[in-house]
Amino acid sequence: MVETIITDVLVVGAGLAGERAAIEASSYGHDVIMLSLVPPRRSHSAAAQGGMQASFGNSAKGLGDNPDIHFADTVKGSDWGADQDRVRLFCDLAPVAARQMAHWGIPWNRVVAGKKQLPKDGSWIEDSKENEGLITARDFGGVAKWRCCYTSDGTGHTLLYTMDNVVVQLGIKMHDRIEAISLIYDDGTCYGVVARNLRNGEIRVYLAKSTIIATGGAGRLYGMMSTNAVISEGMGQALCLDTGIVPLGNMEAVQFHPTGLAHVSILMTEGARGDGGYLLDKNLHRFMPEYEPKKAELASRDVVSRRMVEHMRKGLGIEEAGDHFLWLDVRHLGKEHLETNLRDVTEMARDFVGVDPVKELVPVRPTQHYTMGGIRTNIDGAASGLKGLYACGEASCWDMHGFNRLGGNSVAETVVAGMIVGRKVAEHLEGYEVSYPTHVIRDAVARQEDRINRLVKCSDGKENCYEVSAAMSEILEKRVHIFRQGPELEKAVSELQEVYARALKIGLRSNGVGVDPELAQALKIPGLVRMALCVAYGALKRTESRGSHYREDFPSRDDKNWLKRTLARWPEGAELPELKYGKIVITESQPGDRGYGESARKD
Amino acid sequence: MQEYRLEEYPGLNLYIALNKIREEQDSSLQFDFVCRAGICGSCAMVINGRPGLACKTLVSTLSRTITLTPLPVFKLVGDLSVDTGTWFREMAERAGSWVHTDKEFDPEAEEERMSNEKAIEIFELERCIECGCCIASCGTANMREDFMGAAGLNRIARFMIDPRDQRDGADFFEVVGSDDGAFGCMGLMACDDLCPKDLPLQAQLSRVRRAMAKAAFAPKKKVAF
Ligand SMILES: Cc1cc2nc3c(=O)[nH]c(=O)nc-3n(C[C@H](O)[C@H](O)[C@H](O)COP(=O)(O)OP(=O)(O)OC[C@H]3O[C@@H](n4cnc5c(N)ncnc54)[C@H](O)[C@@H]3O)c2cc1C
Ligand code: SF4
Ligand code: SF4
Ligand code: FES
Repeated sequence: MVETIITDVLVVGAGLAGERAAIEASSYGHDVIMLSLVPPRRSHSAAAQGGMQASFGNSAKGLGDNPDIHFADTVKGSDWGADQDRVRLFCDLAPVAARQMAHWGIPWNRVVAGKKQLPKDGSWIEDSKENEGLITARDFGGVAKWRCCYTSDGTGHTLLYTMDNVVVQLGIKMHDRIEAISLIYDDGTCYGVVARNLRNGEIRVYLAKSTIIATGGAGRLYGMMSTNAVISEGMGQALCLDTGIVPLGNMEAVQFHPTGLAHVSILMTEGARGDGGYLLDKNLHRFMPEYEPKKAELASRDVVSRRMVEHMRKGLGIEEAGDHFLWLDVRHLGKEHLETNLRDVTEMARDFVGVDPVKELVPVRPTQHYTMGGIRTNIDGAASGLKGLYACGEASCWDMHGFNRLGGNSVAETVVAGMIVGRKVAEHLEGYEVSYPTHVIRDAVARQEDRINRLVKCSDGKENCYEVSAAMSEILEKRVHIFRQGPELEKAVSELQEVYARALKIGLRSNGVGVDPELAQALKIPGLVRMALCVAYGALKRTESRGSHYREDFPSRDDKNWLKRTLARWPEGAELPELKYGKIVITESQPGDRGYGESARKD
Repeated sequence: MQEYRLEEYPGLNLYIALNKIREEQDSSLQFDFVCRAGICGSCAMVINGRPGLACKTLVSTLSRTITLTPLPVFKLVGDLSVDTGTWFREMAERAGSWVHTDKEFDPEAEEERMSNEKAIEIFELERCIECGCCIASCGTANMREDFMGAAGLNRIARFMIDPRDQRDGADFFEVVGSDDGAFGCMGLMACDDLCPKDLPLQAQLSRVRRAMAKAAFAPKKKVAF
């Protein structure tokens, strides 16, 4: 029998969401084990630069802010695709969560009293003496008030380090370099996961009364053309999809960030525009105010990204070294500001494309950035379909983001949802006992061992896993992007089906012994292609435009037919996902005009 | 030592180069990249004799023949991959890398005030990405297994300057007042030169040493030594 580890709560994923949930469950006295592909502090959460939305209203441009305004911004941003009961819970709790992080040690930037001139437009603001020393905020896209709390441009890093400090303090067990490769479940209950030890290749079993999936986003479905870390492949979602029972919500809702660094896709934070950066075209003309007179560069992300592509299609972009881009101009913010408040941005532009933002223009283009879709859960984070299975963070479709997530709302979600889901899990465990059916565990392990054997022996074929995954990304990048059309999406679906057939015939060139990184990759690919098909097929079927999902052949939002959530399941042996649709919870705000993005629409 | 040949082109960095080798020449090759943007600290290795982050090293800045070896000090996982995670978790446990306070969090209360300068001062030291370059390049760490290294002493400094942490000199002395801590450092500053995040390590090492010297002569409570 393989090594078996038993715990109360198993958290798969040690980014902000997983760690916050683990802390909460552990503080109720439950035994918690966390799994992660990498040491927890290397999780992708560390890459968040810009900040965390929480409606303190302490800073001059945030005065009068409150959870109601945050709610309105979030729902509007989502294009009314979000579940409003969750948005409400989230907006009310975000300030508490941010303060708790401060209590735990995060060095939030603070209000400094006095007058200051905004680099953006030369206007003056004054921060009051009364608020000096309270948590301050910066501007971010798509919001009515300055609400984005930050630590220079290392917000994700400081949040994650602070969170992991608490994990260490509580002595929560961290099993890093362990990869979950399948769920163990039977008869409507989840019992844990089968995992592979990335230190030696051994298979082990984790059994738990509750399993929380917090494995982050799936940006790498788009391959190199994503701002996400190389480990953000969406494995947690894929494991759930593999059950055929647990649905993924809204996988077609993919966010493209306006400013990925050309050539390398590394993110240039929205803070660069929030602090006053402009977008210029090849004639060095600032074009955004013409499309979006009110919010210009700071309209919501989907809108800015579309405008940029629209502008490039008019021949006004720059084409160089195989990439197509526009310019981000931050020179007027000054050396000091760039080297302190936007230091990571400045360093990255220097290190990765050899451009000095203090003196030069930075080449940027819209780039895949965030996965709004994910494991569908209820308001407590419980996944649909399997008892004992939960999800939170970017991996989930708890659904406060609908069809477009606002900048700064994601790390805020991880912290708030992690807290709520951890608590719900803890409550659920009070007096809860479970017995683990040994035959189910044995079968789950045998299935994975069989997969590995077949890959090593090339029993199903000799397809190269790297080539198959590159083919998948290329199709998404080419045909399921910012602007979408029926015929292109149909092509994408049929091409992805061909890729899927290849994915089932992968064979290794290496011998599968020990760590074997090729084996690790090969094990993932079929699941990832299934997810890619959920993205493409969901996009094909949704014949309207909503938030980031923009159909050129159906350019308007269609609330009559499409005010609903896509739910994708993958029945065993299927060649396409089975799509159903679920209700969106509307409590306070009826679908209306977003007030940006529509202003200059041609239709 | 294994050898691979690769064609160079402008913009090629070690992240792309190593992945190309794995995908095209040696599918078993082990190395670690996560963010590929110089911020997560996964990809430190010894590049032509100098510890550094592979993802932000352009091939054009190196010699025609490039020698890559795994970081010393840390336990080897395989090829270029080392176990920094376990080392840094143990360091965090030893350093007590969290705010020590008896105050309870009150969800209803306004946050405790802090000056923005103080916040930035803490942030400066919080910027360490646990890449391990300072540890790998440190003479003491290479000889003495339990030495906390510059990253560990920097962590102590980070909490020393944090007004929320209630530990005093004597408490910190217990953690770093030995040859495995502040007194093990020989002050040659290899760490300071090599930190990819340009942390002011030299200043932190002397800050901690000074504080420890003070605590040694004026212990507020009895300390185990
Ligand atoms: C460059 C960049 C900048 C961003 N900036 C901001 C910002 O300023 N503000 C904002 O709100 N949001 C931002 N975001 C989004 C935000 O950072 C993420 O959505 C959020 O951090 C996700 O956190 P998470 O905990 O859900 O997942 P992650 O932090 O991605 O963690 C996932 C965890 O799961 C583990 N894992 C994955 N698969 C497995 C498996 N099979 N087995 C075991 N473990 C596994 C990983 O090891 C990791 O520990 C940014 C995103 C990017 C890409
Ligand atoms: S100065 Fe001290 S910590 Fe830094 S490398 Fe030298 S001995 Fe190590
Ligand atoms: S102090 Fe610098 S060199 Fe040392 S681990 Fe931290 S970032 Fe790396
Ligand atoms: S891969 Fe993250 S620092 Fe190099």
